[in-house]
Amino acid sequence: MMDLATFPSLAPFLPELVLAVGALVLLMVGAFGGERSTPLVTTLAVLLIAVAGLVLLFKAEDGVTFGGAFVLDPFARFMKVLALIGSGFAIVMSVNYSKREKIARFEYPVLILLATVGMLLMISANDLIAAYLGLELQSLALYVVAASNRDSVKSTEAGLKYFVLGALSSGMLLYGMSLIYGFTGHTQFESIASTLATGPIPIGVVFGLVFVISGIAFKVSAVPFHMWTPDVYEGAPTPVTAFFAAAPKAAAIALFVRVLLGSLGPAAADWQQVITFIAIASMILGAFAAIGQRNIKRLMAYSSIGHMGFALVGLAAGNQSGVQGIIIYMAIYVAMTLGAFAVILFMRRKGQMVEEISDLAGLSRTHPVIAFIFAMILFSLAGIPPLAGFFAKWYVFLAAIEAQLYVLAVIGVLSSVVGAYYYLRIVKIMYFDEPAGAFEPMPGELRFVLGLSGVFVILFVFFAGPLGQAASVAAKTFF
Amino acid sequence: MILHTIIFYLFSGITIASALMVISSRNPVHSVLFLILAFFNAAGLFVMLGAEFLAMMLVVVYVGAVAVLFLFVVMMLDVDFAELRQGFLQYLPIGALIGVVLLAELVIVLSGWAFAPEVLANPVQAIPDMTKVTNTEAIGRLLYTDYIFFFQTAGFVLLVAMIGAIVLTLRHKPRVKRQNIAEQVGRTQKVDLHSVEPGKGI
Repeated sequence: MMDLATFPSLAPFLPELVLAVGALVLLMVGAFGGERSTPLVTTLAVLLIAVAGLVLLFKAEDGVTFGGAFVLDPFARFMKVLALIGSGFAIVMSVNYSKREKIARFEYPVLILLATVGMLLMISANDLIAAYLGLELQSLALYVVAASNRDSVKSTEAGLKYFVLGALSSGMLLYGMSLIYGFTGHTQFESIASTLATGPIPIGVVFGLVFVISGIAFKVSAVPFHMWTPDVYEGAPTPVTAFFAAAPKAAAIALFVRVLLGSLGPAAADWQQVITFIAIASMILGAFAAIGQRNIKRLMAYSSIGHMGFALVGLAAGNQSGVQGIIIYMAIYVAMTLGAFAVILFMRRKGQMVEEISDLAGLSRTHPVIAFIFAMILFSLAGIPPLAGFFAKWYVFLAAIEAQLYVLAVIGVLSSVVGAYYYLRIVKIMYFDEPAGAFEPMPGELRFVLGLSGVFVILFVFFAGPLGQAASVAAKTFF
Repeated sequence: MILHTIIFYLFSGITIASALMVISSRNPVHSVLFLILAFFNAAGLFVMLGAEFLAMMLVVVYVGAVAVLFLFVVMMLDVDFAELRQGFLQYLPIGALIGVVLLAELVIVLSGWAFAPEVLANPVQAIPDMTKVTNTEAIGRLLYTDYIFFFQTAGFVLLVAMIGAIVLTLRHKPRVKRQNIAEQVGRTQKVDLHSVEPGKGI
């Protein structure tokens, strides 16, 4: 029993504390200020995320707190920075869109902030209960923002669909967790691992881990739990889609890594085959299903399914270079996705958003600079050297080969070749088709995001050293 | 002891019977009422286990809030459940198949169930001596000390749910006329009576 003298250390928990308290304050500002306060709340939300990032980098101390339920280590720190970047830019990119579509509300940045708190808790979860609560905090906020354009049938459908399927996946996750708890007697990750290490893996734990993997695979939209992704991505307002595609994916992958390596490490032989299957299925479906898409948001949905497959290759390898590969992959993926969505958000003609791929025709003549950067991002998504996406794939495939998963690596390379087709098709449409007319000028904040993403993607070779080093430090956490 | 057993079978028998009635009764309002009966009997089982706090929570939360909410929804939505059930026979084979698979899984898992002695020896939380503390106190101690992190996070989840409900449904309609009591009280004009013709207004 804990008395007040041993209040748990808050030093590892500071970024979450800052973000959660800040979100509550902003909620009050918005509630009392009314609709007028939306720009103020939005600005403050972005600043708050930046402050939380600084606290995370310079003030929070590594360690375990709350009776082992919460952990801050180099891996958590790296993934949290990614999640914060994804969320911060998602708010920035929403400003112009929600003003033009008249859906600007102060609750939007507040919900994004609360979702971010959930993501940070997920990344730091060191206990089954903490993992579930973090996941649920994040998902619940995501369901709401997916339906935030409540007068649009598509948006409400996206929200409802996401909610119903998300609830189902939470159920599977909880069922799995209860089995793991029942057969090990622990909810804390290290204790689960040490109990499992003592003897053969009980069949109940195997059942449990399959359910847990299914639940988390839903959140990262890996095949066969991907069905919601295209509909939700298409239906949700575009800045929300940009948010969905970046930060929550990084958080869910981090949770995946921590649950499997941190707590179920001794059962690696059992989950490795499941992850291998999920990775292969996601890569193949992502590559083939995207070919027929006309809507660019749906295309990005399939693209993200494929990319999650590639990232999971690193997890299937289950070694240190695999984890390093995942970390680098997610960093590059977040950067590329934000850039691509900056372009999608800029596709506005005569005051209307357009979403068809054919609307991009002749972009190279109407907006040459944007077309060039977008082409580079697409090349990078396809994995063409020397752009960032190539290195992302290179690291995970290297890990797969190190772990002697040759089939997985070969299928991965082949499906990335297939995937290159639809990325290159967009480049072809932009450069060689007759112009479909100019878009409205790009708002400043989208220029900023696209510029940053472009610089990162094109000049990645110069960042590769420090990023790789940081990722390798982060990956050491588990080994 | 015999009395104890009789009461146990009474409670559990009614629980199961009313649970069956929940899914089989034709009238949805009856379903909800049977659900409430099931909750009450489950609460009785908790009391017999000595878990009076859980019993009271079950009554307060499930009967007091959840079931009443169900009742409101069922009465207000006016869903035709007979129509919903129409495809029932059509989906019965696949439904039965899934049911059998789930049952088989449960049987396999439960038959392989064995508590390792070391698992029993190290539960996540030591069970306090129930003769010294009431179980309300025991739960409270755990919830507000060791589990404060989970408790607060759950609070945040509920906050998000609340914000979400407001964001998705609250609409400010400019033409709605609201009662302003201060204005009414502050009326300086003389109050007078009019004879209003039906359907005309003043």
